[in-house]
Amino acid sequence: MLAYSIRRVFQSIVVLLVVGLVAFSMFRFVGDPIDNMLGQERTDADIERLRGELGLDRPFLVQYGRFLTNAATGNIGISYRQGRPVADILVERAPATLELAAVSGLFAMIMGVGLGVFTAIRRNGIMANVIMTVSLLGVSLPTFLIGILLIYLFAVELGWLPSFGRGDTVKIGSWSTGFLTASGLKALILPSITLGLYQMTLIMRLVRSEMLEVLRAEYIRFARARGLRERAINFHHALKNTLVPVITVTGLQLGAIIAFAIITETVFQWPGVGLLFINAIQFVDIPVMAAYLMLISVMFVGINLVVDLLYFSIDPRLRIDRTVSEG
Amino acid sequence: MDVPVLSVRDLVVEIPTRHALLRPVNGVTFDIARGEIVGMVGESGAGKSMTGNAVIGLLDRPARVSGGEILLHGERIDQLRGEDLRRLRGKHIGMVFQDPLTSLNPLLTIGEQLMETIVEHLNVSEVEARQRAVDGLKEVGIPAAEQRMDAYPHQFSGGMRQRVVIALALCAEPSLIIADEPTTALDVSVQAQIIALLKRLCRERGTSVMLITHDMGVIAETADRVAVLYAGRMAELGPARDVLSDPMHPYTIGLMGSTPLASAGKKRLHQIDGAMPRLDALPEGCAFNPRCTRAKDRCSSDPAPTLAAGDNRAACWFAGGEQK
Amino acid sequence: MERVARAWNSDFMWSFRHSPVAVVSLALVLLLVFAAVFAPLVAPYNPFDPASLNLMNGFSPPMEPNAFTGDVFWLGTDDQGRDVFSTILYGMRISLFVGFTAVLFALVLGVSLGLIAGYVGGWTETAIMRVADVQLTFPAILVAMLIFGIAKGITPVDMRDEMAIWVLIIAIGLSDWVQFARVVRGATLVEKNKEYVQAARLIGRRPGAIMLRHILPNVLSPVLVIATISLALAIIAEATLSFLGVGAPPTQPSLGTLIRIGQGYLFSGEWWIILFPAITLLALALSVNLLGDWLRDALNPKLR
Repeated sequence: MLAYSIRRVFQSIVVLLVVGLVAFSMFRFVGDPIDNMLGQERTDADIERLRGELGLDRPFLVQYGRFLTNAATGNIGISYRQGRPVADILVERAPATLELAAVSGLFAMIMGVGLGVFTAIRRNGIMANVIMTVSLLGVSLPTFLIGILLIYLFAVELGWLPSFGRGDTVKIGSWSTGFLTASGLKALILPSITLGLYQMTLIMRLVRSEMLEVLRAEYIRFARARGLRERAINFHHALKNTLVPVITVTGLQLGAIIAFAIITETVFQWPGVGLLFINAIQFVDIPVMAAYLMLISVMFVGINLVVDLLYFSIDPRLRIDRTVSEG
Repeated sequence: MDVPVLSVRDLVVEIPTRHALLRPVNGVTFDIARGEIVGMVGESGAGKSMTGNAVIGLLDRPARVSGGEILLHGERIDQLRGEDLRRLRGKHIGMVFQDPLTSLNPLLTIGEQLMETIVEHLNVSEVEARQRAVDGLKEVGIPAAEQRMDAYPHQFSGGMRQRVVIALALCAEPSLIIADEPTTALDVSVQAQIIALLKRLCRERGTSVMLITHDMGVIAETADRVAVLYAGRMAELGPARDVLSDPMHPYTIGLMGSTPLASAGKKRLHQIDGAMPRLDALPEGCAFNPRCTRAKDRCSSDPAPTLAAGDNRAACWFAGGEQK
Repeated sequence: MERVARAWNSDFMWSFRHSPVAVVSLALVLLLVFAAVFAPLVAPYNPFDPASLNLMNGFSPPMEPNAFTGDVFWLGTDDQGRDVFSTILYGMRISLFVGFTAVLFALVLGVSLGLIAGYVGGWTETAIMRVADVQLTFPAILVAMLIFGIAKGITPVDMRDEMAIWVLIIAIGLSDWVQFARVVRGATLVEKNKEYVQAARLIGRRPGAIMLRHILPNVLSPVLVIATISLALAIIAEATLSFLGVGAPPTQPSLGTLIRIGQGYLFSGEWWIILFPAITLLALALSVNLLGDWLRDALNPKLR
């Protein structure tokens, strides 16, 4: 267990370093590195100081190292477009994305597991077949179309929910939250569904197939032979065994949610880091792009690591003897 | 004592397939008295497991009971469905499967699996349920039972696991246990122990056992009476001693001749020509007649009803008579 | 002719002919592809030619004569006066071109790297697979966006519109090679130990030749399935990127671009700008997806 953990942590660090390298290369070689770090408003003194700091004539690795230390202390350059430090912009916009991601993830998991279990237990029912067919469609529909469809239905035609923006937010410290106002909560609904729908479909299909597989197992048969109730069998025995592989996949999907937030934020003009990233690409705002990349990587790698290590605590078979084969 | 624990009368199990209607169990009749161990022997596919599954109501679709009766303590149970059937299982009829590894849920401790069964069927508190579970483990010979309650199945050896399975089958105190090949998946050295354990426990509690196996040795050791199945029909039924040493049905005679144990002293193992017919290609009349050394014309048109001869019954026109 | 007849009667073609889903999907895909390829002949207007556009034609509803010019457009016009029908046809060209080429690129790259990784082994294999793993940590669309952004940054400003399509292809292709590489590497590892490869080695054939002529044909089957599904994903990826504004340039709008424009007019009632491109995109993606699904089942040795 310990050896495995160490190996995974090491791997994660390697990935982060590689990503850091890409980000650094962007800063250094795409556009002007001085511009990237200082923005348009700068004095000659600033330029000289930075030249020294960045050590533009120093070996590659040294520059890279300095870049990393800078990033770790929160200095990731000045945004071209806004002329402000990127770090500030990120901190400002992160809460919007995080809240959206959290709500979508929750939606996807709860509905996904629920529907998955339902369609597995009642596999031949009409409802189950309808749900499965609709899910096939869900996988083929691009996220942005789903968002637009929802906007059309609920905002244009019915007028129940807002078609863009976050509504009113309340600031707690540096975190602006939409949870505490009615308009904030309303504004969360359509984007969360849009963002979470794809994940929900994936989770649902996974849970269903896993559960069907589990229900065929011999220990389920033995449980029936012992006269246990169907409910106990479905939820106590089958579900636990079903969830083990599902949790891994779900955890990995959390990362995908954060990335797909880019699309949802654009559709709904949601002021999060995703929309920030797209604008950055449109305007070739290198510092923001690189910073977003690093931020996302840290989140992904972190989540993957946590999920992997969590896996152990759930499946007791893995705790004792484990030779992990890396794929 | 008068009413047998289990009474199976002309049981027929059908499986509708695209090509034909198969009958893996085709008119099987036998009783099991209180505390009796009855063996069901036969080759793979003869219908032994199907019979066991039918009795406990665990036939996998599309197989179904299409004829005959199953009576538990004199009451019909083959018509029961749903909740009624479920209440029967575990409490009145227990079952032991072949592979102990796959029989146990790998993610639950054996304590949890024991206690949920006890709590489901017996009206006891959780504390008492735990005590009973520990006692159950002790009875089947698990050392350090108290601590092992929190262990997971993969932390036991094969033989120990099967002991746990037996404890699970017995914990709700059923009057009948169906043991489907209980030792086949175990090491030879462990098989004898498990069988002896099963026998002892059932004798102590007066639990009847339907012991399904293809291993004659196990029958010789354990069973009071034995039923021999062939192609879904019963070829012979009688006290174990008699059937093993003095079989009446030509098939049983052939079986005994081909068993190393029973034919100790013979130079060569006897082989019955041919193989048991497939369910969709059953011969006319007696299913065994193409391979039978005694077959006459009558056999290919008329399957013999069971003719009684003392305590033994054999489905053959020419039962008894010729010794091996 | 005899070969054609034999192929027609093979198991594969039989299951195709008897699967209504597969036949309909293929028919739809072919229809859309033809419409796109022959767009210049079929479309009444050329929406990519700025000189032919008349702003006064803008916002014309389908089949109704325009308030200012009196021209009738089958599916209406967008905000720039472009005929929606023509734009859909030309837009599909972009979608399909980008989709096919990107997948082709990913396929060639991924299969080559997979073959090399599997055959050569050692450090080469480890290096390639590690890179693949790192890339896999991130969703493909994100990788594509990033590559597009970087490429945009490197290209001189005046060339950006021209290069956009190619950048798009490279971006989507690069984001997609990994699954090809993995599958091919796995299959190569299996084939490598088979006798026909040992024999070829003994005779002294060069590794490149062995990989191409011997191993490759045997790993093609799963590659084909992945390619079809990748095509659907690439089409959706291009549409998404264009929708987000980081794909097809505004002078050459693709289906995604049209949808982006159309979203702005949802409330004001010009529904045709978004509806028709959306339906077309859906039809395209769905039919390619279904075809890929069917192909996967048909080629699955376990189900045969």
